[in-house]
Parts: sequence; structure tokens; C-alpha cells
Amino acid sequence: MARAAHTRGARGGSRAVRFVLDGEVHAVRDVAPTRTVLEYLREDLGRTGTKEGCAEGDCGACTVVVSEFADGRVRLRAMNACIQFLPTLDGKALFTVESLRNRATGALHPVQQALADGHGSQCGFCTPGFVMSLFALYKTDPAPDRAAVNDALAGNLCRCTGYRPIVDAAQTMYALGRALPPGAQGWMEAPAGVDTRAAGAGERALARSLGRLVRRKSLALPHPAGTFYAPRSCAELAELRARLPDARLLAGGTDVGLWVTKQHRELGDLIYVGNVAELRTVDAADEIAIGAAVPLADAAAAIVRRYPELGELLRRFASPPIRNAGTLAGNVANGSPIGDSMPALIALGARVALRRGKACRELALEDFYLGYQRTALAPGELVERVIVPARPAGLRFAAYKLSKRFDQDISAVCAAFALVLEGGRIAAARIAFGGMAATPRRAAACEAALAGATWSGETCERAAAALAHDYQPITDMRASAHYRLRVAQNLLRRFHLETTGALGREPGQAPARLDDLREALA
Amino acid sequence: MNEPRTVAPELAARGGVGAAVRHESAHLHVAGEATYVDDIREARGTLHAAFGLAARAHARIRSIDLAAVRAAPGVVAALCAADIPGENNVGPILRDDPILAAGTVDYVGQPVVLVVAETVGAARRAARLARIDYEDLPAVLTIEEALARRSFVLPTVTLARGDADAALAAAPHRRRGRLRIGGQEQFYLEGQIAYAVPQEDGGMLVYNSTQHPGAAQHQVARALGVPANRVTVECRRMGGGFGGKETQGDLPACAAAIAARRLGRPVKLRYDRDDDITITGKRHDFLVEYDAGFDDAGRILGLELVLASRCGFSADLSGPVNDRAAMHADNCYFLPAVRIVSHRCKTNTQSSTAFRGFGGPQGMLAIEEVIDEIARALGRDPLEVRRANFYGPGRDLTPYDMRVEDFVADRLFAELERSSDYAARRAAIREWNRRSPVIKRGIAMTPVKFGISFTATFYNQAAALVHVYYADGTVLLNHGGTEMGQGLYTKVAQVVAHELGVGLDRVRVSAADTGKVPNASATAASSGSDLNGKAAQAAAREIRARLTAFAAERFGVAPEAIRFADDHVELGDLKRITFAELAKLAYYARVQLSASGFYRTPKIHYDPRTLKGRPFFYFAYGAAVSEVAIDTLTGETRLLRADILHDVGRSLNPAIDLGQIEGGFVQGMGWLTSEELWWGAEGRLMTHAPSTYKIPVASDVPADLRVALWSRGENVEDSVHRSKAVGEPPLMLAISVLHAIKDAVASVADHAASPRLDAPATPEAVLRAVEELRARADAR
Repeated sequence: MARAAHTRGARGGSRAVRFVLDGEVHAVRDVAPTRTVLEYLREDLGRTGTKEGCAEGDCGACTVVVSEFADGRVRLRAMNACIQFLPTLDGKALFTVESLRNRATGALHPVQQALADGHGSQCGFCTPGFVMSLFALYKTDPAPDRAAVNDALAGNLCRCTGYRPIVDAAQTMYALGRALPPGAQGWMEAPAGVDTRAAGAGERALARSLGRLVRRKSLALPHPAGTFYAPRSCAELAELRARLPDARLLAGGTDVGLWVTKQHRELGDLIYVGNVAELRTVDAADEIAIGAAVPLADAAAAIVRRYPELGELLRRFASPPIRNAGTLAGNVANGSPIGDSMPALIALGARVALRRGKACRELALEDFYLGYQRTALAPGELVERVIVPARPAGLRFAAYKLSKRFDQDISAVCAAFALVLEGGRIAAARIAFGGMAATPRRAAACEAALAGATWSGETCERAAAALAHDYQPITDMRASAHYRLRVAQNLLRRFHLETTGALGREPGQAPARLDDLREALA
Repeated sequence: MNEPRTVAPELAARGGVGAAVRHESAHLHVAGEATYVDDIREARGTLHAAFGLAARAHARIRSIDLAAVRAAPGVVAALCAADIPGENNVGPILRDDPILAAGTVDYVGQPVVLVVAETVGAARRAARLARIDYEDLPAVLTIEEALARRSFVLPTVTLARGDADAALAAAPHRRRGRLRIGGQEQFYLEGQIAYAVPQEDGGMLVYNSTQHPGAAQHQVARALGVPANRVTVECRRMGGGFGGKETQGDLPACAAAIAARRLGRPVKLRYDRDDDITITGKRHDFLVEYDAGFDDAGRILGLELVLASRCGFSADLSGPVNDRAAMHADNCYFLPAVRIVSHRCKTNTQSSTAFRGFGGPQGMLAIEEVIDEIARALGRDPLEVRRANFYGPGRDLTPYDMRVEDFVADRLFAELERSSDYAARRAAIREWNRRSPVIKRGIAMTPVKFGISFTATFYNQAAALVHVYYADGTVLLNHGGTEMGQGLYTKVAQVVAHELGVGLDRVRVSAADTGKVPNASATAASSGSDLNGKAAQAAAREIRARLTAFAAERFGVAPEAIRFADDHVELGDLKRITFAELAKLAYYARVQLSASGFYRTPKIHYDPRTLKGRPFFYFAYGAAVSEVAIDTLTGETRLLRADILHDVGRSLNPAIDLGQIEGGFVQGMGWLTSEELWWGAEGRLMTHAPSTYKIPVASDVPADLRVALWSRGENVEDSVHRSKAVGEPPLMLAISVLHAIKDAVASVADHAASPRLDAPATPEAVLRAVEELRARADAR
């Protein structure tokens, strides 16, 4: 791969990727569209603190923090540098583990100090990634509890420590940061919720430098390996997509990135949707319309406000760096049979808004999937929005994910159950599963067994038996066909136990799932 | 609890022995400034290599067509077995492990072609273009197939004492069964890597992420066909090893060196994660069959144990791994009449290798299963049966005829049973389960006894160099041990600082380097600080003796009146000078300020044919109580609380020891719960990335984790400062997690029958055990 030429300073113009790193603007020219941030850091800049552990966004050794100016604020998000393409950094600020030492004194950052003093590193290879995930937490959450820390670290693997000292350091880092003398507490060092003058000035300076990078015009970065297009309006995006039907659409890159880093594919031209402002919005006035460029983290927050039952599933959806980069529309459009969002969205009756040039249409999500990794997208068409309907009255809803590891794993089975109950009777039933067929799919026989019946144990058993007609799952490394079917049926039983109040998380009540255990034991 | 405290403050002033000082590289780790092999600034002209891998489990290679590889952009060379100038082999004991497959391929993922290109990406893309024409041969993919076809990498070994058959026949109770124990991928975060830089006069310098630079040096020399003195291997640190870099680093070292020699340019070979897991060996999976005879108290009277392991396509370290498995199939229990048969199965899969515990965990899990089954057969608390079988007076002879002279597991058990409130919690859990139909809880307490020393006696030696620089009295330490995160460099530096009476800040440890300390053993078998600590101690004492003699003469004081402490040297009661001053004076008086130290472990001997002798210098002990919950609808499990009491002797560094215990426990928990290796029907390993192979994450570790070093720990043998090895033993504390899960499963049949639960206890395995047990209970 040809080395990208880079210059520092705000100039560099329309043919360069421009971003802020350690207060300086980097302008990188002649960059291949799929050059990763990690390759750029390690190979071009010689900044080797950021590590490659897996090249698929699953271990976190490459975690960096990316900052954007949006809605009048500087937002910081942890991301996986190994699968993030460098041109997607255009207009943003990048922080790596080398960014954290105090530039005037050379002192370690409170996050780093807490980890070092607390014996949070052994071999040290994963440590820079933990530092960056914790830095993102430090700057965004003023007082995380243990669960929040675990969640922030769900994308970081450590094979040495057993995590306890790292999780402890996530508490002590705040104490260290708050104890710093005001002079040593710049924006980098000030934890979330601490607004010193220096911190405010630092944030404003960062906002200003980000502001200077805002483009009015779309970006096109030609390179022999392909051109990276980053349109700024929906119309322009749709026009490009129609004109270049063979170009790949790129949103968060959390799957497309792997085509490059793991399958070593060359992708040609890329059309990046991340800079289209209209697609970065969530409209939750009535239905929830989620633009194609909205990160999963934001989409999840909007959905969970309306459907709190999805909290656990969406918290367990990959890891924070993946949810920060990846998009809901990308998960949906990708069409994987084991994507975690689709069963719940299908059960809730979600739709996709598609656009080809100026022609727009909507499809029920379940009709979007035609076969294994085949969708109804026409050549030149794109997913513009995902629309989640308003909550119907009487809805009883649950979504469950089963995987070998509780956090940051891919589902063996993902189930979503939506019943509209009128009295004790099931007025409507929508049941959908992932991991059970070549596509995420509704369970027609199961739904038929439920519709119109009373929501009783017998009905549940009939519906569970019907699942065997709906699905003939496969055996693979995640689970056997037998387990998948068996557990699909058991999840329906769990749903019944929970919705009928037989089990749950009330004090004194026996729990229905492991997550309810803490309340049950308290 | 969980707060590392310096054990002996008076000894530990300024970071000496016993101080809970942090890792010597902690400040570098957190800043991203610690240099791993891939971070070394590349020399001009550096090329990058990648392997082309076999796509068949067992096949004859008809032909290899590299035209497309060579035509790919950026490719500089594409090499096959025939291009290797020296010996095409990296087998550490038997020479049965080719660098590049020649004639046949023996597993899916075996390196066949070595592609060298201008960039990493170009090499990896081109490596996939090799066209290999195969003629398939019959493949053996499982332990069962290997047993049926008598396919072994090494002859079967039997370890026996007494008449097991007679004891079994006469026993009042008998229990037979089988247990499947899964393997485990090391999943060091830093993948395998070597960077070979050609030197003048046929020399080769290889930076290698390896636990055994000395072996890598000899393998490279043989592969190049040059004398050993032409090759230098250096390793400052690894991003984790866990046994996975004891032999497995030799292959990339040889390949990079072969390419570098051929092209006359530096060559780096770094496996990506998929290649790493696909190519390299893992922990052996085992199939265990047992037949136990016991009395009413659950005491074992006779035992036959058959341990069959997947060794993969070559011997690698499978001989000693399986020896150690057999020698840990007693754990803490006296086996009066026993026969342990160890089959070393040859399969067309990755060549299984070292992994923390080195067979010990599998042997130990086998006997713990036997004990648990006996307890469930008798309706007793497994804890009681464990205690009834403990080694003790008159019951102290191991199956390999070594006497257990330092047994403390009974005391650890008693303390932990009390401190963990085991009995009350067990009763409360039983009661709670009666009211909870779906979620069930379980609890188990298990002990660990782990033998310390390499079973290969000659490996139990080490050397170290200590230099004192006259200019400022700072100390440079070098020894044959390697740093993989375990804190070895910190501990050995503490030992040296202690001997010289200087602060830890004055001692720097440099990279393991075959040019500095030759013939070093692998840093493995938990032996790092035992061996290198003693060797460095000897070197430091030599320097201290010279300085003492010099000072006695120069200042006219008796040698016994000279003390080294606090960066100073006290010369009797009246005079005190700095260590640096004394070093300078000694230099000008022409006193040698550099010394080498050597250590060999005393007392040990062992016959590899019969497995009899005293293979271990001493034993390390620990005990753990785990409490879990399971979901009987889905098989999901969660560890709720763990209490651990572990004996590290007198700790050299309580913070580092605590880190080893916690980290080992969590790694062991991963082995027994979420980490599952899954091969497809064609012999292709499908779990070759973190997306499919699931090691524990932060949320898998319970908030309620109570770990303590045993306050009364002391090595009865003369180890370095009476400390005990800690690298491997804690991994096996996690057996308590598996047994707690089993206990929870047993509750679905009201503990009237014993669940059949294999390892790893994935949700699927647990649900299968729940349903099988229910079906059995219903059938009665």
C-alpha cells in the first residue's frame, strides 16, 4: 500500500483528509479509501502505542477516542482504530494513548496513573486500549457505577489481570483527577462534571479547531485504489449512489472494515454516509425515524426511551466502540442472519425507508430480507432511515439474546416477542428470531398459535411447539441446531413467565433470568 | 482484601523483597511507550512476510503453483520447503514439526508457503493466491478416532502404584464415568511475531516474542544451517505468553530468518489473529475415563484413570504435558492403589502445546470429577469427601513415589471454609433453590496442589548477569528469563536490589538476549522467579562479597561489620558511604563490578519412562470457593462470588502475586465456561478470532471477589526468600466454578443424581446437562 503523504497545518484543501491530533491539524493526501486509522498511526506516524490485537474490533487493543463537534458540544467517543478508515476522520479530532500525558509537564494522565498505580497492567499490550476506553468514560460520565464501568470496558479484552484492578482503577482515576491542582487540570485532565476555567478554555479551543475543519462542500478523495466520496446532503448521496451502483456504501464500517482487514478485499470506490447531516438525525416525535448515519449508541438511546425492554439487548449489542461507530441502518442493511437489532425491530413492526435517486419507498423490515445476505435493495438504492412505530397500547414486549459470553458476543439465538394483550387475550402477536434461519424472520406458525388465544401456559406450550415448524436452524460454532430450537422455545416460556408475573424482579419473587438475580437476592 | 500490601515492611524499604511495588514497565504500558517487537522502528528496506496455509486436514501435496503469488503487486519472493537452507524443522523434542509443509500437509492451517512483500497487506493478500494441488489422505480429527485407530504421537505411558484392579474389585462402592475436557486458546493479546535483521559475516539478529529465546536461537541456526554463535535472539517483553510462546514463537523466528537470509534484507513476520489461532497449538483437550472404588466415607481405595489427549499432528511438548497431567491426577488426594494410563493421540489438527498449567489442569480436573461423583453417589458434601481423601500422615506418597512433605491444603481449606462462610451459604442456597424454579444457584470449594519444577530435570537451571557501573553505582541486570507480563523482571530486580541494599530505582533489567545469558531455559513451569531470582541473587551476592572484601581492607573494618542498605554501605558503626561512592572506589582499585550467577534446583530427579522420582522441588497450594447461578431455561451461567486463599510462600511482591492469582483464576474460568474450540467437519478450526472464541470480559468477573494470600505461607524448601511459584497454580482454582455449576445443575433433580457436565460449561452444555438430568430423574 502506498504510504500516504501527510502535512500538518490547516491547509491541504479538498483533496486531503483533515483532522486534529494533539492540537495540530493533520492533512493527509493520497490516501487509499480503506487505509485504516491504525495503519496510519503505526506505519505512517510511527505512533505505536495503539496496538493491533485482532483487526476486527473485538479486542479493543486499538481503541482510540474520536471527537466531533455536534449540537454545540464536543463529543468524545471510543472507537476501534483497526477497522476505522482514515478518511472517515475528516473534520474530527483523534486522541490516542500518546495524547494523554500532560504536554507541559509530561505527567501521566489520571487514567494512566490510576492504572499504573493500581496494578492494572501486566503484559501491557491491551493497556493502551483500556486507557482510551477509560479516558472516554472519564470525560463523559462523572460517576459510573461498577456496571457502567464494565459496560464501558465490554470491548476491551485483557488476558492477564482478570480485570479487577482495571475496574478498580476506573474508580480511582476520578479521585486522582479531582485531586489535581487547578493548574494541572486542563481540559484533558478534567473529569466529566468538573468545569475548571482551563478545561473550558481547552474545550473551546478544540471546538474552534474542529469548526475550522467543517466543509461546506462534499469530499472526494481520488486514489488509484478507489475514490472516497463523502457527500453532505441526502440528494447528493442518492445521486452518487444511483450514478455509482458498484461503489460500496460505508456508514460505521464495523462490518465493511472487516472485509478489508480480515478478508483482504479491495473495495474500490466508497460512498461514506457519515457526513450527511440529514441522516444524522433521530426524529422521535411519534414514530422513531432514525437516519442512516446515526450511530447505534444514539439510535439505541432513542429506542430504549420508548421501549425500555430493549435496554439489555442494546447494551449487549457489540461493545461501546462498535456502537459508537456502527449504525442501526448498517446493521439492518447488512442483512446478517445474526444481526442483533432485526428480530426486535421486526417484532415491533419497523420499516425501512429506501431511496434511489429521487424515488423513495418504504418496506416492512421483514420484507426487506429475501435470502441469506440478500435484501430487497435495488441497484443504486440505499437505506435512508429505519422507522420504529409508536408504542401500541397493551403491548407486552421482550427481546432476549443468547450467546456463549454475556457481553460483546454474537448471538447464537436472538428472540423478540411482541404481544398486544386485550384483557387476557392475545389481540396481535409478532414473534421474530435471529440465528434460526438464513435471515432474521418472523415465526408464522408460532404467531398463529398465539393470535386470538388467551395468554396461558397451554397457549405458550402450543406456540413453543409451533416454533419447530417455523425454523430448521443450523449447527455451527455458536450452537447446535438442537440447542437453538430448544432454547428458542424456552425463551418463549421465559417470556410467558415474565409477562404473567409468575417470575420477575420484584422483592421476594423468584427471578426469571440471571439479570434479575441481584434484585432477587437483595 | 484484594489490596496488595507489602508483607514485611522492614525488608521492603524502597522496593526490596516483599514490597508491593508496581510492574517495572507499568508507566510505559499505560503511556503506550512499552516497545513490543512490532513497535521496534523498522530498519531501512524491511520486508514483510505472511504464510500461505494448508486448506486440507491431511493430504499429499501434488504441486504448488506460485505464479499468481509472484505476480501479485509488491511481492518480492515466495518460498517453499525446498528453499530452506538448513533443516526444515522446529520440533522441540522430536524433529517432527516442519517449518513449511513438505510432501504432505497434516492440518488445516499448516504453513506451506512463505510470501515476502513490500508491505504487510501485499504479503497477506498474495499468500492467498498460492495454488496447491492436494490428494486427500484419511484424516483423524477427534480423540475417539485416534484411539480407535491407535494413532499416537508418542507411546502410551502408564503411571501405577499398588494393585488398582484388586483394590477396585474389593471396594464397597464403585463409580465409573467419563469426562470431556475442552482445550483452550492462549489468546495472548500480542500475536506471534519475529523480526529478523541480517548481520555481518552470516549473523542473524532476531527480535522474537518468545518465552524461550535460547530455543529460538538454536532453531534459527539449524534452519539457516549456521553455527549457533551466529544467531542472536532478543526479547524485551511479550504481550502475553501463557505457554503459547514456549515453542510456538520458533516458527515465525525461523521463517523470518530464512527470508531475511535469502533476500539480504530485514524481514518481519507477524501473524494476524486468524492465522495465529489457525496455525498455533493450544491447550490439549482430554477425554477422561475413570473407574473408582471407595468406602462409605468416600475415601478412594482404588482408581483407574485413562487420560487421552489431543496432541495434534506432531509431538511438540505433548510428552511432558501429558506426563504432568498424569502427575497431577492426584491433586491433593492420596490414591492408595492407582493406575493412570496416558494416551497421546495424534490428530490432524494444530499441534497442541504448552498452556499455563501444562497438563496439570486437565489431570486435576479429572480427579476432582471423580471426587465430586463419589460425593454425589454417597449423598455427601463434596467438600467432606475432598477432606477425607487429603494427603496426611501415613498417606503422603504420590503415585510417582514422591513424598508430600509440605502439605498445607488442609489448613487452607479449613481457613477458607470459615472465612467464606461456606456451610451457611450452602444451606441457604439449597433453601433458595427450592423456591426458584428457573434460576438455580450452586457452590463448590476445590483445592489446588501444583508441583513446581520442570519435569525435564536439566531445564531447572538458570544464569544471570549483574553489572554495577562505577560512574553512578547504578545496576544493570540481565537474566535468561523472559517478561510476558507476569512481573518476573520486577521480582528479580527486587531480589538484586535487596542484596545490594539499593533502591529499586537503581536497578534496570534489560531484554532477554541469547548473546548475554546463553542456554537459558524457557520461562515456563512457573519457574521464572525461582530460577532466575536465585541466579541473580547469586550474582549480586558475588558482587557484594567483592565489595565487602574491598571495603574491609580499604577502611580497616571487619567484613561482618559492613552492611548494604538504603543505597548506602555502613562501614562499622562510624562510617557510612553511598553505594555509588563505594562502586567508584572499587573500580579504581580494579575490583570487578560485574558477576554472573548460576542456580540449579536441588533434590530433583525423575525417570521419564516410569514417571517415578521426585520431579518437583516443592508444591504450591491454593483453595477457592465459587458460587454461581444458572438459568435452567437457557443454560446461561454467572459467577456470583469467589473466595480464594492462595499460598505463595513468603511473597516477593504481593501486588504481582495477587495479579497472578486473580488473572489465573479468571483465565481458568474462561477455559471451563465460555472458551470453546470448535472444529468443522473438514477439520477447520472455526473459532479463530475473538468474534467466535470468547475469553472472559470485565463483566464476567464478580464484584464480590475476595482473594487473599495465605498469611502463614512459607516455603519449607530453600527457594528464593522462601517464596513460592505463582504463575500456573491459580488457574486451577477455577475448577471450583465448574463444580459450582455442576452443583447448581444437580439441584434440578434435588441432588439425588449427578449431572453429566463436560467442560467447557457453555450455555449449551449446561442446558444439555439440565435436560439430561431431568430426563433421568423423570425416568425413575
